[in-house]
Amino acid sequence: MQAPEEQPMPARNGAELLLDTLTAQNVEMIFGYPGGAVLPLYDAIYRQQFRHILVRHEQAAAHAAEGYAKATGKPGVVFVTSGPGATNAITGIADAMMDSAPLVVFTGQVGTQAIGSDAFQEADILSMTASITKNNYQVHDVRDLPRVINEAFYVASTGRKGPVLIDLPKNIANQTTNAPFPDSVNLPQYQPAPTVDKHQVAQLMQALSQAHKPVLLVGNGVHAAAAQTEVQRFAQRYQVPVVATLLGLGVMPTTAPLFLGMGGMHGTYAANMALSECDLLINVGSRFDDRLATAPAKFAPHATIAHIDIDAAEMNKIIATTYQIVGDAKTVLKLMLRSSAARPEVAAWHEQLQQWQAEHPMRYQKSATEIKPQQVVQLVGELTHGDAYVVTDVGQHQMWAAQYYPFKHQHQLITSGGLGTMGFGLPAAIGAKLAHPEQPVVLFVGDGGIQMTSEELEVIATYDLDIKIVLLNNHTLGMVRQWQDLFYDQRRSETMFEHQPNFMKLAEAYGLAGHQLTDPQTVAADLAAAFAAPHAALIEVAIPALEPVMPMIAPGSANNEMMESD
Amino acid sequence: MRRLLTCLLSNNPGVLNRFTGTLTRRQVNIDSISISPVGDKSASRVTAAVYLDDEAVAKQLVAQLNKQIDVLEIHDITEQPHIERELALIRVNAATNKRAELFAMVQPFRADVVDVALDSLMIQITGSREKVNALLRVVQPYGVTQVVRTGVAGFTRAEG
Ligand SMILES: Cc1cc2nc3c(=O)[nH]c(=O)nc-3n(C[C@H](O)[C@H](O)[C@H](O)COP(=O)(O)OP(=O)(O)OC[C@H]3O[C@@H](n4cnc5c(N)ncnc54)[C@H](O)[C@@H]3O)c2cc1C
Ligand SMILES: Cc1ncc(C[n+]2csc(CCOP(=O)(O)OP(=O)(O)O)c2C)c(N)n1
Ligand SMILES: [Mg+2]
Repeated sequence: MQAPEEQPMPARNGAELLLDTLTAQNVEMIFGYPGGAVLPLYDAIYRQQFRHILVRHEQAAAHAAEGYAKATGKPGVVFVTSGPGATNAITGIADAMMDSAPLVVFTGQVGTQAIGSDAFQEADILSMTASITKNNYQVHDVRDLPRVINEAFYVASTGRKGPVLIDLPKNIANQTTNAPFPDSVNLPQYQPAPTVDKHQVAQLMQALSQAHKPVLLVGNGVHAAAAQTEVQRFAQRYQVPVVATLLGLGVMPTTAPLFLGMGGMHGTYAANMALSECDLLINVGSRFDDRLATAPAKFAPHATIAHIDIDAAEMNKIIATTYQIVGDAKTVLKLMLRSSAARPEVAAWHEQLQQWQAEHPMRYQKSATEIKPQQVVQLVGELTHGDAYVVTDVGQHQMWAAQYYPFKHQHQLITSGGLGTMGFGLPAAIGAKLAHPEQPVVLFVGDGGIQMTSEELEVIATYDLDIKIVLLNNHTLGMVRQWQDLFYDQRRSETMFEHQPNFMKLAEAYGLAGHQLTDPQTVAADLAAAFAAPHAALIEVAIPALEPVMPMIAPGSANNEMMESD
Repeated sequence: MRRLLTCLLSNNPGVLNRFTGTLTRRQVNIDSISISPVGDKSASRVTAAVYLDDEAVAKQLVAQLNKQIDVLEIHDITEQPHIERELALIRVNAATNKRAELFAMVQPFRADVVDVALDSLMIQITGSREKVNALLRVVQPYGVTQVVRTGVAGFTRAEG
């Protein structure tokens, strides 16, 4: 049989071909920043009027694209120039790799003739990003461009998602071609949807029937698989209590009776006790990070462990597991739901868990003279009815947001988990808001982290993005200070800010509304007022400098060795 | 323990970098690595000999390498019956009056003398790593001035 002859296309240059391929990939917007090596791309953007969000620093382009990706599960797209543009984007690419967020990053490159000659603004970005991308490419022939782009989107958004980088030499962007562009990809060795070992599933279900103290641990993989419904149905049917990782928050409504809260270093008492005392642990889509399994050798010591993960390389990486089920969480959960295994006898276990919950609820010292950060998060939760996309930066405020916001949706928490990147929050909130313009977006950020990417306030102002920025100002790099207080005998080396910018003037400089909240008696009404207008607001809340995040497990201690607040 | 990995990599820029980068990141010591294009040159065959004591870690590492898009195939053939060969060129400072003795010594190894000069000669040997080591021990007393080894290439034996 003869293949139908492909029609030649109108002649286009590489840059136009690139944008046409993005259009075919349903890309809604590009986050980027121009420069010499990407002039052809920006010229094509200009002529095609492609939607482009102009950030103020390339690191923010990558974080904003991550915000978009983490809030939707769809790849975020980044354009940056060669050399410094590309190196500036590296932090965001590394962050996306750690949290398996899909990105397609285009970096400009010097012309192919000049590569390797220390040309102006040349950087060997392929080598630099080899370990922080799922794959990367350099294009040497314009006719390869559509195939490479389609592959990049396919790789970024399937299997274990992640960032893919395409390095595009300037002369390739200028080359014209009328080659037709294929929309298929040919990567026979890449198997993003492994076939599930049904035998292992059957064995696991049998083990579940016989378990007395089962726990389901849910992670970011559940968001990636869009398997929230399956998790809830499974937990309900078998009455299995659920613990979430930081990145698994939102899979179970915080208020669900079966939900024990976040596990790990700053998790709830009940969640960590459940991890310590369970006899069967079913991990769906989390990778036993050391903030969760704080002491791998002492983790879930009485449990048979099952690990459901799409990435075979996660099996036995940190924790030795009995049932290893490589596959997509949704597919596996559906198989588990099809099983007719008997329900386990868990009444005593539930009783024990309820007792832990009742005796050790999440709590903090209330105050009549100071505004407590935990209370601020709770108030924001009430104001937004638990429906907001919650974006955080990194630090204590991030943990308070995780502990006290009443999450209920998939992809609702947008945070930097694995890399723990300060400066992530503000640009990520921009990406999240652009992805969900009709939904409320709240950013919790610290006085340290906001100073790392505060230039992006201009983007919020330019595009009139209604993002409520809750700046929890403790005048300290709080999370680091907490560790100094606990483990370095209160030697607060370089973590206390004696001088700070005037954040209200900063808001004003960008033309944004600013609110300063200092009075614990009126904080609820003040917050509501600050949230009222349908525009961005920088809401600076004065909180005590020495408030610790509790509970806490010291690194290396077991999950049942928690410190609690007085 | 020394383990032998055989892999097929697609022939794209930066592929080897990514491959060895993963080994470095996992703090795996590389004993040898050999690579050359095969077939229509769209792929390269790699044989990597690495030191890894823990079997579970080895398995996990292979899975980690296997998920790289440009790794088309990877197998840990350590436990399977397999053939390993390498080639070495050895330059020996042999005085003329010692040469007959030296020729006789290398004979049982089926090594060849591939270059002869006034004050040195070059021996070529192919075989297992052990065989190459053994020959090196034997010729050492004659004054070895240069050695180059390709690193092993390996395959599993055919079944049956
Ligand atoms: C200051 C700070 C404090 C922190 N404290 C805590 C804490 O107390 N508790 C805590 O849990 N975390 C905490 N973290 C976060 C922690 O560092 C990790 O980022 C987090 O635990 C990882 O969660 P995860 O394993 O669910 O997600 P990821 O790291 O994103 O891993 C997801 C896993 O799911 C798999 N997967 C992906 N797609 C699928 C699919 N379709 N089907 C099945 N599997 C899939 C992936 O292969 C991967 O193994 C903290 C971070 C910071 C910065
Ligand atoms: C880019 C970067 N640098 C340093 C750190 C280390 N670090 C983690 S939390 C933290 C303090 C953050 O302070 P702030 O933004 O004020 O938040 P708080 O903990 O006070 O809520 C620091 C410095 C980091 N996570 N990221
Ligand atoms: Mg602070």
